[in-house]
Amino acid sequence: MSDALGLWGVPLAVASGAIRVGTPFLFVSIGECLTEKSGRINLGLEGTLVLGAATGYAVSLHSGSPWIGVLAAGLVGALFGALHGYLCKLPRVNDIALGIAMMLLGMGLAFFFGKPYIQPSAPMLPSISLGFWSESPQIRAALEVNALFFVGVACAAALWWAFASTRAGLVVRIVGDSADAARAMGYPVDLVRFLATAAGGFLAGLGGAYLSLYYPGSWNERISSGQGLMAVALVIFAHWSPPRCLVAALLFGGAGALGPALQAVGVSEGYYLFYAAPYVLTLLVMAVTVTPGRQLAGAPGELSVQK
Amino acid sequence: MSSQWTPGRRAVVKGLGAAALTAGIGVSARRAHAADLVVGFIYVGPKDDYGYNQAHAEGAAACKSMAGVKLVEEENVAETLDVQKTMESMINLDKATLLFPTSFGYFDPHMLKVAEKYPKIQFRHAGGLWNEGKHPKNTGSYFGYIGMGQYLNGIVAGHTTKSKKLGFVAAKPIPQVLLNINSFTMGARAVDPAIRTQVIFTGEWSLPVKEAEATNTLADQGIDVVTCHVDGPKVVVETAERRGMMTCGYHANQAKLAPKGYLTGAEWNWANVYKSFIEAAQKGAPFGNFVRGGLAEGFIKTSPYGPAVGETARKHADSVKAEIMKGGYAVIKGPLKDNKGKDLIAAGTAYVETAIELESMNYLVEGVIGSI
Repeated sequence: MSDALGLWGVPLAVASGAIRVGTPFLFVSIGECLTEKSGRINLGLEGTLVLGAATGYAVSLHSGSPWIGVLAAGLVGALFGALHGYLCKLPRVNDIALGIAMMLLGMGLAFFFGKPYIQPSAPMLPSISLGFWSESPQIRAALEVNALFFVGVACAAALWWAFASTRAGLVVRIVGDSADAARAMGYPVDLVRFLATAAGGFLAGLGGAYLSLYYPGSWNERISSGQGLMAVALVIFAHWSPPRCLVAALLFGGAGALGPALQAVGVSEGYYLFYAAPYVLTLLVMAVTVTPGRQLAGAPGELSVQK
Repeated sequence: MSSQWTPGRRAVVKGLGAAALTAGIGVSARRAHAADLVVGFIYVGPKDDYGYNQAHAEGAAACKSMAGVKLVEEENVAETLDVQKTMESMINLDKATLLFPTSFGYFDPHMLKVAEKYPKIQFRHAGGLWNEGKHPKNTGSYFGYIGMGQYLNGIVAGHTTKSKKLGFVAAKPIPQVLLNINSFTMGARAVDPAIRTQVIFTGEWSLPVKEAEATNTLADQGIDVVTCHVDGPKVVVETAERRGMMTCGYHANQAKLAPKGYLTGAEWNWANVYKSFIEAAQKGAPFGNFVRGGLAEGFIKTSPYGPAVGETARKHADSVKAEIMKGGYAVIKGPLKDNKGKDLIAAGTAYVETAIELESMNYLVEGVIGSI
């Protein structure tokens, strides 16, 4: 503990922050990526994230096993996704408006049922120590990585592969690009979207469990502070590609760690500007990659915002 | 859509009649309880956050047993128009006549605006700087000199640190926060002038992820004792415990969250304050508009020492605490420089805990690394 890292603390904090802070972004954004690829937007994932965090924490506390908590968070997320998926099938239901309703419902439920769980300390998820080779306690602390991060990376890779080279992935893409074509080919459009939304909700629920059971590892009503909404925006930023979702999530995680790290090494002027870094980054990337008059590359044609 | 529904004249008349009827029933049903004094508490976060809001809610809970008092509470009320709506609904629907909006940002303009509209209702705000002539007569503010608690925290931290580097996770650079950072630093430097405090501002009262990042990055810099001024210190205290750092608590007692590293803490003790306001209201006695108090008045208290606190640290802190209890103790006194080397206070000038100058603090003292 005695030796300080000095300026090296900044890249270290950004790198470890990318993983620590970025993991919930990763889960929500690949979940949303899957849902949007099928032609629906689920804006309710912020609510799912918060509800997942509350559920994971509560179940971990009662069962004594954080992994059961993670599973429960995923299932509640899937249930919420399924509800969204089912309701959107009904005539004249707008998926964006419903998503906002689901977001508020999820947060309301989480706040209401999560009330008794703010105080107690639940068992936390263990981390994998990848820094065993290092003498430095800082590097060892930075390389404490949670298994859920690797699960998230594996999910991103699996989705990428599935979209590119499996029949199921192709069906999701067809449904998302042209519902009429999918119907003509005999694919059940509503069922595919229902499943894609439920699976997206499952992933967002896991992201919530990560927040409450690993980092920052505590349940309270401000735990998400809008990360679910940011992650939905990341999908557009990542042009609906799972590997790019991973990159974007890491980028946003790292950018979030930049502000505190810079202050810790004495760069303390204008910290509000450093805190705005992720948003400035988004604006820049959007401005640079946009092609006027054309759809974004990779955008599913059936998204209600595209029509 | 082919046809649009528009409200017809008859529908409107019917609707208005029904609304008036229900409103009438509602009012008459509520009047039955008008004998009780209804007191409203408004919190910016959850009541059980191990922090600022919990401290106020514990104070409120202590008033529940008082005869003839009915409490109405609302939590998670944003420092926006929301709090004005909450206050109006407490006044109009619950018939509250004494309101405690407890968060810093409720004061100006929200509480002041509502107070002008309802001159018969009493408003008391935690932490605001009430000014005679400038603010309505039915408003006021109360606060405790918790900087003294942070000074004692600093003494204990100064004795305990090995790296001579302390950390402070702060929300926003407002006077109360700055006074805490400065007091903590001066307490530690009273032990050893070589000690430095690294401050990190998160920019908001409650941002768990950023608070965890701030604590981690402080650990990376070799800092071994950390304290904070955010609404819920839970995340900071738990993260510090995981990283093997020691902590001084704030707002409430967080010893349970860090059994190894918790040293001591500066806590609020609002029960006394709220009880005396409510008693004044029941008797019809005049209200204080500007109520302040410290350790001696029972407005604040310190947490019991943790296992990591050594004998010298205990003795030193206890003796200073006894001095503070006598009253008139000054932490901020000259000669004092700010952390850029500029002279702040000339030798011979001392600001005791009650000094009003401290409530408009806008500097960080020598020994603090950071800027506002």
